[in-house]
Amino acid sequence: MSITIRVNGTPQQLDVDPEMPLLWALRDVLGLTGTKYGCGEALCGACTVHLNGQVVRSCVTPVRRAANAEVVTIEGLSPNAEHPLQKAWVELGVPQCGFCQAGQLMTAAALLKKHPRPTDEQIDQSMAGNLCRCGTYMRIREAIKRAAGGPQ
Amino acid sequence: MRTLFRVGVFTAMTLAMGSCRSRGVPPSLAPVPDNQLRAVADFSVIADRKARSQALFVEASRVFLHPRCANCHPDGDVPAQGMEMTAHQPPVTRGPDNHGVVGMECAGCHQDRNLVQARVPGAPDWHLAPREMAWVGKTPHQICEQLKDPKRNGGKSLEAIVEHNAHDKALVAWGWSPGHDREPAPGTQEQLGAIVAAWVQTGAECPREEVRR
Repeated sequence: MSITIRVNGTPQQLDVDPEMPLLWALRDVLGLTGTKYGCGEALCGACTVHLNGQVVRSCVTPVRRAANAEVVTIEGLSPNAEHPLQKAWVELGVPQCGFCQAGQLMTAAALLKKHPRPTDEQIDQSMAGNLCRCGTYMRIREAIKRAAGGPQ
Repeated sequence: MRTLFRVGVFTAMTLAMGSCRSRGVPPSLAPVPDNQLRAVADFSVIADRKARSQALFVEASRVFLHPRCANCHPDGDVPAQGMEMTAHQPPVTRGPDNHGVVGMECAGCHQDRNLVQARVPGAPDWHLAPREMAWVGKTPHQICEQLKDPKRNGGKSLEAIVEHNAHDKALVAWGWSPGHDREPAPGTQEQLGAIVAAWVQTGAECPREEVRR
């Protein structure tokens, strides 16, 4: 079955099982390996992408749900890694091992789009599904605030 | 002495009746396993219309208060999960429209159907019941009163409530098809629909406050 999705602005035609997780299509079929496989059960957030602007866990999202929809991955967050969050991430040296960070950034980007100056509570509630085993949570929160132009 | 004996017998009878009532099952109804519902016909042994209506609602409340249904009718902003009704993991919050907050929307993980491999439960438009429709911690009486109150039932008529229970194909139906190894709600949706319809036909009477399912 052929499914057409727009990934980072480019139309892509996929001849795959419609039940294939979107993450598989992104990584194995389209070669976009920035999005990571963590738990496979929507419990860790490493596979977070945007589907029509909404945060979804691509490891449990069947690719059929993305048919004729717009998918944005970490590769498409900004043309030259210049999203305010990416700049803040670099300035503050947020990642440690880095494995979860693509997912962290995608959720944070959706948060800032909805709440340009989020409160601590809004940050905590929205980021609660993105786990970081290195424990970089405090730097993540600080970087989100910096990207939002708020007090450091 | 005879008077004292009479008082004693009367008291004992009252207590016995009270204890039956507090279990919610009139003594004339045969017991059923926890995973089954009584048929509407079983309630015909209760001659009094009001008592029959009350008993029918108690039967329906065995579904409403089953964790499979009550977990997403929390009296707060966090849904529960599992038969132990523990807080949902990952930690999610209700959000402004009962569909979660940005980055943690229900549909970010829950699909339109159950996932076999990842075991994430799913049904169309997965979301929390509004706060005013909370069931957790409520008695059958309290649930009955709020179910009949258009201000707390989404503006539904009694007929619409019957229809919702009997034929909703999404979240209500999911209660009996929860996927993975989750225990379904008691009985079948068809049985629940018939029980709620019979409850309405008998006057939609609410059980007494002390009655439990």
